Amino acid sequence: MPVEVKMPALSPTMEEGKLAKWLVKEGDEVSSGDVLAEIETDKATMEFEAVDEGKVGKLVVPEGTDGVKVGTVIAIMAGEDEDVSEASSSPEPAPQAKADEQPAKEKPKAKKGGAPKVEEPEKDLKADESKADKASEKDDKAELETGTTQLGSDIKPAKSDEVPHGVNMKTATVREALRDAMAEEMRRDERVFIMGEEVAEYQGAYKVTQGLLEEFGPKRVIDTPITEYGFAGIGTGAAMGGLRPIVEFMTFNFAMQAIDHIINSAAKTNYMSGGQMRCPVVFRGPNGAAARVAAQHSQNYGPWYASVPGLVVIAPYDASDAKGLLKAAIRSEDPVVFLENELVYGRSFELPELDDHVLPIGKARIVREGTSVTIVSYSIGVGVSLEAAEKLAGEGIEVEVVDLRTLRPLDKATVLESLKKTNRMVVVEEGFPVCSIASEIITICMEEGFDDLDAPVLRVCDEDVPLPYAANLEKAALIDVDRVIAAVKKVCYR
Amino acid sequence: MSNAEPSPSEIAEREEDFALHSLAEKHAADRRYKASKEELLHFYEQMLLIRRFEEKAGQLYGLGLIGGFCHLYIGQEAVAVGLQSALKGGLDSVITGYRDHGHMLAYGIDPKVIMAELTGRHSGISKGKGGSMHMFSVEHGFYGGHGIVGAQVPLGSGLAFAHKYREDGGVTLAYFGDGAANQGQVYESFNMASLWKLPIIFVIENNQYAMGTAVSRSSAETHFYRRGTAFRIPGMQVNGMDVLEVRKAAEIAIEHVRGGNGPVLMELNTYRYRGHSMSDPAKYRTREEVQGVREKRDPIEHAKTELMEMGVAEASLKEIDKRVRASVGQAADFAESSPEPDASELYTDVLVETY
Ligand SMILES: Cc1ncc(C[n+]2csc(CCOP(=O)(O)OP(=O)(O)O)c2C)c(N)n1
Ligand SMILES: [Mg+2]
Repeated sequence: MPVEVKMPALSPTMEEGKLAKWLVKEGDEVSSGDVLAEIETDKATMEFEAVDEGKVGKLVVPEGTDGVKVGTVIAIMAGEDEDVSEASSSPEPAPQAKADEQPAKEKPKAKKGGAPKVEEPEKDLKADESKADKASEKDDKAELETGTTQLGSDIKPAKSDEVPHGVNMKTATVREALRDAMAEEMRRDERVFIMGEEVAEYQGAYKVTQGLLEEFGPKRVIDTPITEYGFAGIGTGAAMGGLRPIVEFMTFNFAMQAIDHIINSAAKTNYMSGGQMRCPVVFRGPNGAAARVAAQHSQNYGPWYASVPGLVVIAPYDASDAKGLLKAAIRSEDPVVFLENELVYGRSFELPELDDHVLPIGKARIVREGTSVTIVSYSIGVGVSLEAAEKLAGEGIEVEVVDLRTLRPLDKATVLESLKKTNRMVVVEEGFPVCSIASEIITICMEEGFDDLDAPVLRVCDEDVPLPYAANLEKAALIDVDRVIAAVKKVCYR
Repeated sequence: MSNAEPSPSEIAEREEDFALHSLAEKHAADRRYKASKEELLHFYEQMLLIRRFEEKAGQLYGLGLIGGFCHLYIGQEAVAVGLQSALKGGLDSVITGYRDHGHMLAYGIDPKVIMAELTGRHSGISKGKGGSMHMFSVEHGFYGGHGIVGAQVPLGSGLAFAHKYREDGGVTLAYFGDGAANQGQVYESFNMASLWKLPIIFVIENNQYAMGTAVSRSSAETHFYRRGTAFRIPGMQVNGMDVLEVRKAAEIAIEHVRGGNGPVLMELNTYRYRGHSMSDPAKYRTREEVQGVREKRDPIEHAKTELMEMGVAEASLKEIDKRVRASVGQAADFAESSPEPDASELYTDVLVETY
C-alpha cells in the first residue's frame, strides 16, 4: 500500500518551509532513519528522515520549492510488507468497529464527524489528487491551529515619531533586529559579551545569536552548560567586576532557576552599597506562551520582574523597539530584564536604517491613535490589540493603542494622558490576570485618573490556569481578538 | 608534614579500597544478566514497542497531530527496559525528565493513553493537559515527566526520602541527562541523599549530547559516574546499549540501595538517534556518527542477534514485530480519534480543594 509522505512540521511554530533538496530519487529503497530530504524552516535547515523502510515511489514536490505548507504530500512511498500486519489483525473490519480496534494505517483522519472515510485510501490518493489538494491543505491547516495562532497579527504599529523624518526604512524581523543590536554594541564596547546555552556554536536555540560567534569569537560569545543559577551569577558577578554581560536564557521559564541572582544579587546591589557597586547586566530571552509547549514552558514573567525595585524591565513588540531598546539596555548602568517573545521573533517590521538606533527606556509608545477608547498592552498583546482596533474601527469605535514597551519604570504619564483623551480603557496582556501588569495599570487609573474614567477599566488576560497542552484548551486559555473586542465594547457600553 | 601523617601513596591506597568502587567491581566480575529465552523475548518486545511507538509519534508530529516539544527515546530503549525490569512493581518509584515516553512504556502502561496524551486528547493519561513532556502514572509509581532540566533529581530524592520515612523498603530511580548532570541542584541532592542514606539510584542517561552540545563542551568531568565521589556515592559505568548489562547493573545497585546503604550513581552510556526534539538542525554531529552507532551498537539488533543464537526462529521475531506494529497502530488510531478534552477541563485540577 502506498504511503503518503507529507511535509513535516519540524518545529512547534513551523507552518511552511522550503524543500531544499531531495537526497533520494524515485525507485530508491530506503530504511528507517535514512535522510529523505533537507528542509529549510525560518530557523534552520533540517534533515527529514524516513520512518519506515520502503521504496520511493514518486517525488511529488520538486526540490527547491519554496513555501511548501506543512501537511502537503511531498512524496509517495511504496510500502514493503506494510499490509502484512493489517491483513492478519483484522481482515474485514466490521462497519461499526471501535476506533481502537482498527488496524494501523496512514489514512487521512476522519474529521468533522459523519461517516469516517476509512476505506480506499488509494483512491483519494490518486484520482482526486489535484482537486483534493486545496481542500486537504485547509484541513491540515485546521489540524495545526493552536492557541498561539490567535496571537498572530499582520497589522503594523504606526511609525514612531522617535524615528527622525526622512530616514530610510528597511524590513527586518525581530530576530534580526535583536541580533544586530547585540552585534553593534559588541563592536562599540569591548566589555560587552554574551553567554548562555547554545548561543555560540548552535547559533542560538532560536537563532537570535546567529553569526555572533563567527564575528566575535569564543571569548565573547560563550556557550554555557545547562546551569542557569550558576551562569546568571557569573554574569552578575562579571558586571560587578566592570564588564557588560548579556545573559541569554533559552527561555525565561528557565530563569526561574536563576531568579535569586536576578533579584537578590543584581537588583539590590546598587542600593545596598549606597551606590558604590553597580550591576550593568542584561538578562534576555523569550518570555510568554509558545505553541503547545504546556504549563512549564509557557509563562509571562513580566509582572514578576516588574514588581522588583532595582530592576529595569523591557518587553518590546516590534523590530525597531526591540533593537533600539536592547541597545539602550546594554548601555544602561542598571540591571535589565529584557523580555522577548518566541512567536514574534519571525515577524517582519519596518526598521530605521540608522547608524545608532537607541531608544529611551521608560517611555510608552502610541502605536495607533484613536479617540473612543484606549487599549494598553505590551509585547505580543500589542499585535492582538492592533487587530482588534482595526476591526472595531469598522464599527465606528476608534481605539488608541498604547504599547508600554518598558514595564519598569512604567510610563504612567502616557497611560494617563491617553485616558484623559478617551476616558475608557482596556488592558490586554498575554499572561495570568492575577497580580498582573493589568492590575497595576488599573490601580494607576484608580489612583491618578479616577476623574477621567467614564467606565471601569477592564482587563483581557489569559485564563487563570496553568497553560494546558491540548489544542482546544490552549485556545481557550489564551487571549484573542474576540475577547478584546468584547471588552472594548463593554467599556463603551455598546 | 609530621611522620604520623599518611603519605600521598597511602592516601591513594585508602582511596583504592574505598567502598566507592565496590559496586563497579562487583559488576565487572559479572556484567550481564543471564536471561532465559522468555525473559529476553520480553525485553526485546518492550524495546521494539518503544522504538515503533516513537517512530509513530515522529510521524504524527510531522502531520501536525502532536505539537510543541516532543523528545524521542529512539536509541536509548535498553536503559529504561533494563533498569525498570529489575524494580518491584507497586513499590518502587521512577522519575525522569521530558524524554519520558519510553519510561512509561517500559512500565507496561497502555500505549493508547500515552499516544492520546501526545495528541492532547481527553483520554490521554494527563487528560491532554500535560502533553509529551508532562506525563505521570502515580498508579505505577511513575512520577513524571518534568520539563525543567534537572528538577527531577531533587524531586526523586524526595520520593526516596518518603520511602525511607515510611520504611516501606521502596527505592527510587531518578533518570537525568548528561546535560542535566551539570545543574547545581543535582549536587545538593547528592549531598543530602548520601548524608541521609536515601534509597535512590541516580541514573545519568549519557546520550553524549545536550541539545547541540557534546558532553566534552559542557562538562569538566565527562566520566559522570565519578561525580558522586565527593559525596561518597559509589559510581557505576554501564553500557546502556545492552539490555542485559543494564539489568545486571540494576540488580547490583538496587541490592545496595535497598540494603540501606545510601544512594548509587549510575552512568549509562547510550545514544539518541533522532534530534533533541522534533526541531533539531542536526549540525553538531555527522550522519556517519549516527549511522555508525545504529549499525554497530543498536540495542534492539543486539538482542535480536542474541535471541537467534538462542534458537529463536526469525518467524517468531517477525510475529513480535507484527504484534508491536499493530499495537502502535491502534494507539495512533485511538489517539487520533479520541475527542479533545471537554472545554470545562480548562478549570479543573488547578487546586484539589475548593475554598
Ligand atoms: C532549566 C532548563 N534549562 C534549559 C532547558 C532547555 N532544554 C531542554 S532539554 C535540554 C538539553 C538537556 O540535555 P540532557 O540533560 O543531556 O538530556 P537529553 O535531552 O539528552 O535526554 C535543554 C537545554 C530546560 N528545559 N530547563
Ligand atoms: Mg543528553
